[in-house]
Amino acid sequence: MTSPLEQKKIKITGPSVVTGNRTWDGVVIYRTSARGWSAALSDAAIVRTSDEARSLLAESVADDVGAIGAYIAPVEIKDTGEIKPGNLREHIRAAGVTIDLPVSA
Amino acid sequence: MYAYDELDRTLINERVSEFRDQVKRRLSGELTEDEFKMLRLQNGVYLQLHAYMLRVAIPYGTLSSKQLRRLAHVARRYDRGYGHFTTRQNIQFNWIKLAELPDALADLAEVGIHAMQTSGNNTRNVTSDQWAGVAPGEIEDPRIWSELLRQYTTLHPEFSFLPRKFKFAITASAHDRAAIKIHDIGLRLHRNADGETGFEVLVGGGLGRTPFIGKTIKPFVHGHDLLSYVEAILRVYNQYGRRDNIYKARIKILVHELGIEKFAKEVEEEWLQMRGSALAIDDSVIEDIRSRFAYPAYEKLPHMPDELKKAAHDPHFEAWRKNSVALHKVSGYAIVTLSLKPVGGPPGDATANQMDGLADLADKYSFGEIRVGHEQNLALPHVARRDLPALWRSLDKLGLATPNVNLVSDIIACPGLDYCSLANARSIPIAQELTRRFANHDTANLIGRLHINISGCINACGHHHVGHIGILGVEKNGEEFYQITIGGRADENAAVGTLIGPAVPYGEVADVVEDIVEAYLALRARPDELFVDTVKRLGVEPFRERVYATRQER
Repeated sequence: MTSPLEQKKIKITGPSVVTGNRTWDGVVIYRTSARGWSAALSDAAIVRTSDEARSLLAESVADDVGAIGAYIAPVEIKDTGEIKPGNLREHIRAAGVTIDLPVSA
Repeated sequence: MYAYDELDRTLINERVSEFRDQVKRRLSGELTEDEFKMLRLQNGVYLQLHAYMLRVAIPYGTLSSKQLRRLAHVARRYDRGYGHFTTRQNIQFNWIKLAELPDALADLAEVGIHAMQTSGNNTRNVTSDQWAGVAPGEIEDPRIWSELLRQYTTLHPEFSFLPRKFKFAITASAHDRAAIKIHDIGLRLHRNADGETGFEVLVGGGLGRTPFIGKTIKPFVHGHDLLSYVEAILRVYNQYGRRDNIYKARIKILVHELGIEKFAKEVEEEWLQMRGSALAIDDSVIEDIRSRFAYPAYEKLPHMPDELKKAAHDPHFEAWRKNSVALHKVSGYAIVTLSLKPVGGPPGDATANQMDGLADLADKYSFGEIRVGHEQNLALPHVARRDLPALWRSLDKLGLATPNVNLVSDIIACPGLDYCSLANARSIPIAQELTRRFANHDTANLIGRLHINISGCINACGHHHVGHIGILGVEKNGEEFYQITIGGRADENAAVGTLIGPAVPYGEVADVVEDIVEAYLALRARPDELFVDTVKRLGVEPFRERVYATRQER
């Protein structure tokens, strides 16, 4: 996993969010603009510049109890305003595995 | 089965208490993730894409029915009702919550199961032949020596902070089912010219980014010298192994860079200083371990009982028997392999209901014992041949009687990008599609023994390098592509496969594999020439031509 320190060098090229996993259960979560976390990508704070991204990441990493492994991830903003994951990995994190689980939920 | 003593039980229980306290302190913020990470890894807890993953050790692949029921319980109570058997005789739970992990580990500890050293830069779970103790022609039960190593390496301070992870595998049969040549140390029990039993020691095998087949460092080491010799290897590795570059930290790199002769000389010098020390193993130690393995009280039974003759008229039973039933060292008994590779299923997954059902069948038909193999299948090691028809009917109801063991659809695959935070591409959907393409049992039998291995990244948890056909997922411009190798193998003639050409996109992988298989059927010298032997005879070129002639190279 790319560490936040490495990501500090990364310049974002499009809309992005900060994501990580919730500490107590590992669920995928996104940093919100209210300085909290949500399991819904639609609640995520969107950053559009590298400075904004670095700032949001720093704030997120500081919450070591709330989340682990926070990093910047690309998203797409649809014309409708809907936020979509920006790559396959993030799509799978957001939507779940692409296969049927052996046991139905 | 091996019976843990009071020391083992105390050790496991103390570790659970310690980890419970560590989790509590982590959740309260007293421990930061940086401080906690190594502690959780030492207890087999990873963070994957969607959740924490718990990797539980099944030492030398032996489980009791009681332990399997407990794994089912953990799957049901703390996870999502299933577990994933890995290529190193572990089981992984993919959806476990950190807050509940201490309770899960406490439940496992009650039946002598733990997750210690299933992660981290230490000696990992010692693996062995899943047919250990029952295979015809075996020198002796390799689990006795596996257990000796397990006891010796567990929490050994000198082996707890190695440059990188370290894996042992042991076999005592001529045919290697434990893949010893792709382990950091591989041990092969054999007899020397004087009829004495000892170990051929191989070192420096491993896959991942830089694959190497293990090299023989010493052709024969007596059992009483095993620990001192192994410790000498680990000391040389601990001293010279690189700690500055994770990609060059495994012992295979050190062996490669020094050369096996120089490495062996260093080990020999170290060994001579300690050979006669307290590490020399007395026969009584081995006998004590041997006495703690309970062996079944076999009956004298016919090799061809009436039940088997009668069932031979059922073609479905016969297909399964011919595929999944192997000879046992005791006449009248059989070893039964249970495929965890149903058509369209994720390789290596078993549901809690299957585990419970299998535990009952193990009690009824296999002296309460189950084995786990590195091919991600299970086995019942002590089945009376008269019980095979009844067992088959019960296994079929559980979905554990797919007759595809060692055939093209018996695919080894890592969890891939569906679960794993390291993966670049998905493995499971590729495996699922291939099992559908090769679902026809007659076709699979016509093809014969063919191992497909799939890894979702270069870390090679699916052992793609040593698959007869190896499939490696890579990422190119945000899309999943797959490199295909052929000619690898993980047995006593272990070899790393050869890349056939440029990577192909996700949607073409199954077509490419079909092309390779069709080319093999057309090229093989005779029907019993195995795929891997045809590749060895002809090289990759005819297969490359077949695959790329109609595809534009990207």
